Amino acid sequence: MNVKILITFLLLPVCAVAQGFAGLGTQAEGFAMPAPAPQFDFPADHGAHPDYRIEWWYLTANMTGPDGTPYGLQWTLFRSALAPETTEGWDSPQIWFGHAAVTTPEAHFATERYARGGIGQAGVQADPFTAWIDEWQLAGTGIDRLRLTASGPDFAYDVALEAQGPLVFHGDGGYSVKSAQGQASYYYSQPFFELAGTITLPTGKVDVTGTAWLDREWSSQPLAADQTGWDWFSLSFDTGNKLMGFRLRQSDGSYYTSGTWITPDGHTTALPDGSFDAEPLATTAVAGRDIPTRWRVQVPSRDVDTIVEAVNPQSWMDLSVPYWEGPVRMVGGASGVGYLEMTGYE
Amino acid sequence: MMRTGLSALWSHWRRNPLQLFTLVAGLALATALWSGVQAVNAEARASYDAAAATLGDGQYDQLLPERGDLIAQKTFIALRRAGWLVGPVVEGRIGAPDNRVRLVGLDPLTTPSGLGPLGDAATTGLPDYLEQLPVYANAATAAKLEGLLNTPVVIDADIAPDTAITDISVAQRLLGMDVQLSRLIVAPVQPIGRPPLAEIAPDLIRRPAQGGGDVGRLTDSFHLNLTAFGLLSFAVGIFIVHGAIGLVFEQRRGMVRTLRALGMPLNRLIVLMAAELLALALLGGVVGVLLGYLIAASLLPDVAATIEGLYGAQVSGTLQLRPAWWLSGLAISVLGTGLAAAGALVGIARMPLLASAKPRAWATARGTARRLQAMGSLALLAVAGLLALAGEGLIMGFGLLGCLLIGAALLLPPVLDRVLAGAQRLATNVTAQWFWADTRQQLPGLSLALMALLLAMAANIGVSTMVSSFRLTFTGFLDQRLASELYVTTESAAQTAAFEAFVADPARETLPLLSVDTTLADLPAELYGARIGATYRENWVLLAQAPDVWTRVAEQQALIVNEQLARRAGLWVGDDLTIGTGLALPIAGIVGDYGNPIGQAIVAEPLFRDLYPEVEALSFGVRSETPQALRESLIEEFGLPAQNITDQAQIKAFSLSVFERTFTVTAALNVLTLAVAAFAIFMSLLTLATMRLPQLAPAWALGLTRRRLGQLELVRAVVLAALTALCALPLGLALAWVLLAVVNVEAFGWRLPMFLFPLDYLTLALFALVAAVIAATLPARRLARTPPSDLLKVFANER
Amino acid sequence: MLLSVKALAKSYPGADGPVPVLRHVDLAMQAGETLALTGESGSGKSTILHLVGGLDTADSGEILLDGHDMTRLDDKGRAAMRRDAVGIVFQQFNLIPSLDVAANIAFQARLAGRYDPHATQDLAEALGLTAQMAKYPEQLSGGQQQRVAIARALAVRPRIILADEPTGNLDETTAEDVLDQMLALVAGTGAALMMVTHSRGLAARMERQVHLRQGTLE
Ligand SMILES: Nc1ncnc2c1ncn2[C@@H]1O[C@H](COP(=O)(O)OP(=O)(O)OP(=O)(O)O)[C@@H](O)[C@H]1O
Ligand SMILES: [Mg+2]
Repeated sequence: MNVKILITFLLLPVCAVAQGFAGLGTQAEGFAMPAPAPQFDFPADHGAHPDYRIEWWYLTANMTGPDGTPYGLQWTLFRSALAPETTEGWDSPQIWFGHAAVTTPEAHFATERYARGGIGQAGVQADPFTAWIDEWQLAGTGIDRLRLTASGPDFAYDVALEAQGPLVFHGDGGYSVKSAQGQASYYYSQPFFELAGTITLPTGKVDVTGTAWLDREWSSQPLAADQTGWDWFSLSFDTGNKLMGFRLRQSDGSYYTSGTWITPDGHTTALPDGSFDAEPLATTAVAGRDIPTRWRVQVPSRDVDTIVEAVNPQSWMDLSVPYWEGPVRMVGGASGVGYLEMTGYE
Repeated sequence: MMRTGLSALWSHWRRNPLQLFTLVAGLALATALWSGVQAVNAEARASYDAAAATLGDGQYDQLLPERGDLIAQKTFIALRRAGWLVGPVVEGRIGAPDNRVRLVGLDPLTTPSGLGPLGDAATTGLPDYLEQLPVYANAATAAKLEGLLNTPVVIDADIAPDTAITDISVAQRLLGMDVQLSRLIVAPVQPIGRPPLAEIAPDLIRRPAQGGGDVGRLTDSFHLNLTAFGLLSFAVGIFIVHGAIGLVFEQRRGMVRTLRALGMPLNRLIVLMAAELLALALLGGVVGVLLGYLIAASLLPDVAATIEGLYGAQVSGTLQLRPAWWLSGLAISVLGTGLAAAGALVGIARMPLLASAKPRAWATARGTARRLQAMGSLALLAVAGLLALAGEGLIMGFGLLGCLLIGAALLLPPVLDRVLAGAQRLATNVTAQWFWADTRQQLPGLSLALMALLLAMAANIGVSTMVSSFRLTFTGFLDQRLASELYVTTESAAQTAAFEAFVADPARETLPLLSVDTTLADLPAELYGARIGATYRENWVLLAQAPDVWTRVAEQQALIVNEQLARRAGLWVGDDLTIGTGLALPIAGIVGDYGNPIGQAIVAEPLFRDLYPEVEALSFGVRSETPQALRESLIEEFGLPAQNITDQAQIKAFSLSVFERTFTVTAALNVLTLAVAAFAIFMSLLTLATMRLPQLAPAWALGLTRRRLGQLELVRAVVLAALTALCALPLGLALAWVLLAVVNVEAFGWRLPMFLFPLDYLTLALFALVAAVIAATLPARRLARTPPSDLLKVFANER
Repeated sequence: MLLSVKALAKSYPGADGPVPVLRHVDLAMQAGETLALTGESGSGKSTILHLVGGLDTADSGEILLDGHDMTRLDDKGRAAMRRDAVGIVFQQFNLIPSLDVAANIAFQARLAGRYDPHATQDLAEALGLTAQMAKYPEQLSGGQQQRVAIARALAVRPRIILADEPTGNLDETTAEDVLDQMLALVAGTGAALMMVTHSRGLAARMERQVHLRQGTLE
């Protein structure tokens, strides 16, 4: 669950926006709909699902340099379909977007790419796994051994990823419900990557090591009409446990929350609405708005009550669709690192 | 007090409606010519801007195929996947042959944003866009496209004329360019760590932003010409205004004295007069802008055709009223009035209260003033001389023109004064003596009008000499270049071979058109392969050549370049030029190549084929004694479609028609400036006539009939016009020389030989005399019919 | 008889129809005679002078000058008469501004084909103009300008000199001087002189005086 959903909606026809999100949710226009109890077929399902409206391959990493400086990295390849089909040539209804970012305690670099499907400029191939847009690429023999490269006007990275655990499935075996009304997506992750490589910054190259988290999600009608934005966390505790949790903010001020508790060996427990809580403690002025950059995250059933703080409060993705996304660290109640994404703050 | 003051000032105009008319008409004419020309310029510029904005020309670097004009789509993908942020462009023409529309296809997702109407589609309403894939065009183009497309046309007035912009998928389909692209736009910001272009796409070349063959720079010269005309006309108009204002202020000295004596403070009086002038300037400006609009509307179609014919740039043939344009028209009218009135206002401000209210002889520029004027003009002419010897650049060329024209204009009154003084001395007959003396006395009053006439005539001589020299040179050039009787286009390499075999005949020359776009001496240029034979040897006139030039070229020992390349690269006969891969050949000849903006080098066909084996000739010139018979056999026996064969006459006619358009515009402007000058004379004479009664009345009282006086007035106008025409001839020729040998070289890179057209000059002089007679007729007739009582009043009334 | 004016009438157009200025003027002058024409301002003195000098045309009546009926002559004929037979001196603006004094004095004489440089030189001397010969009219004083006009009128050796308040713009002493010179010179040439004046003193110096009142001479 992240920013791509928002982008998708912004790209939808103006008339559809005027009808409201609710109207959209019911109009699937021939697109396939996620159904409970999914049966995934790997490696094919690592590839694209053109009959669903939206889909993404989304990777975040918490890294440290040789001197212990914390760094963050984000890479997203995102597919949006205008029609549930795929064709060759410029006419293809499949549109691809890429976002890439590197965060240091002092700076945040972000850039984006666009491409049309059908001409080879961007796409995802399941086996051997390759996801690419322009020269950016996430590829490997299988999903658990990958190399990620991307570059922008002022940064680049080239890192190797090796999975240390199994894929984990959110919600009900990968069927993740996003609202009380039942909007849902297919959603699984590989949160156990170990990472090593280099990032290139305006100040030079830095060798980095760390951990990374890959999310895979696709759907056709993901948000409810009254949902205005979200706060999404992926946290790795020093104990080896991991937590994915998000809070969808609703226009009436209430939240819908959901999450997954992941043990070091990959066992998952879904956290239903209300069993995960995140509460903003402090905000920072970012790009002319107040954004919460210090949070209290609680999962009472797991005795989790930790203070999470942005590594760089100015991790603003100043792209066609702006949002906040960057590395975080736990500064009280527990120790560990993670990633935070926030959208819908005006 | 204000009201009284204003009504007193206004009473002058009521009593002298002619002066009011002169002033407003002068301003209106000045503004009209200026703003008319500006409107034409603005319209053309807006068209180029639209073209640049919709295509990214000039804004961004571009990648072009080194050979041919297609880029494989997979090259684009390879570049993107190597980290080169480039946007594809597909370009071609659709529609009926005589009604072609340039179709440009872009990809909104990779095109730099802000480039044309598609640029925004990536961030707003992309799904809508992709669903409809509309074509964007202005209204006129949209009408041409009707029925050609099955996609919706969105009207966008900012798109260049005869251009349509659409999605790349639509353009590829309409142009039949499947998986082919025309060029790539390089985004201004690129990611770090990209491999060099040569590694990914060695067959592409990068053309920097604002590259060599930029439409703007080429057409600039044409617009500079127009602007120069506009300025000249404006100057002529301001002469008129200056004269009228000077006269009015002179005549109102008495009124000013009385008003001040009655207690009106001086500065209030000046404010009143300035306000009065401002109102008149605005009135004249509005009328002028309206007239200018008419001028522009009638000139624009020809200008558009000229520019398109000469430079291939499209200009909308219809005029839009742009606020910037009419505001500038009003501004120039007000400024011009201010310029013309400043001296007069200062004079009023300085005038002592008790100064004589008697008007001095009108605008008596005597003694020191006249000497100063003469010295100033000589200084300007000296600067012009220096610029001609040492200056460089287009701006210098126009600076030279300005110094020359203004200097010569200022010199005219002193020169005429000397000539008239001489004539007076030589005259034996008393009437003649009086005639010359009186003419001399009138000179200050007429000098502005005469300067206007001088400038108009000189411009006329200069520009028509340039244009006619151009025409002569160009027709000669066409004869030399279009030597072949038939021009044939084949459709494939196979057909080319068959065609060459079919026409092969020892008695017949076949000349293939082999060329590539390349870079020579770091300039964009074309390289030609020539089949050297009798045609080249006999027809081509070289500007400079080494001995045995064609033989050496044929033996692949040398090459020929056109004048543009030679001048721009600073090369001449004997220098080496590198073509292709490290091969350098000496230049054996320079060929005049008129009307072509780009540099060219010509080598022998075998050498060309070695260098560019993949280039196939698809066009041929065929020499034939019996072109009609050959044409028929090509159609009937060889099976070539008739439209693939063009005959020489057709091409020549087309090329010449392009130039005729240029002449039309020039001729129209010539007539207009001359007409304005005639108007200036007319107005000056008319205003002078009323002031001249005291000068003429004694002569009449002493026994000259009014009829005789009227005749002499006419003769005077003719004499002055004739003398001015005499002065205009050398000035006009100097102007022509500057245009041909300085401005043209700087602007286009070639120097035109100068031809003289005495008959034209004579016609022009006659025209000027006739204009002067027409201008003088009414004042002279009025004089001949002045009632004696009016003449008698001179002696009786205290004025 | 040099001049014989009979039943001369002239009216000017007015707001409500023609306004008669001269109703019935009879006048005769012998060659060499001097005559003062007086009358109120606006009575028509200048008008008589203009008609006699062929500068304007009468409504009716007859003007016989040196045997020519001025009222029957056309423009050209009257111009010839002006040139050959009449010398005119106005109150002001007599001179041609574009010509210098010498050329002004010679002008009419040369037009009439009677130019005599010696006579002209003598005239200039007599009028005290020798130092001004190369000057232009605007550089002269009023008295000097009038002297030039007189010299010009005399230089043509006319049958009659018509002078319209020739000294009207001058101070008394200068006026006396100018008049003295003029009378002496006129006497020398044998021309008749008809002079309009407001000054009784000046009028008294003429051989004969006529007074214009209500359109007729008394
Ligand atoms: N051109 C004209 N149009 C109309 N009326 C005129 C004209 N010229 C003269 N008059 C009128 O005719 C009358 C006689 O004028 P004229 O000049 O002969 O008078 P004058 O006796 O010479 O007067 P003054 O002593 O003031 O010079 C005057 O009332 C004058 O207003
Ligand atoms: Mg009078």
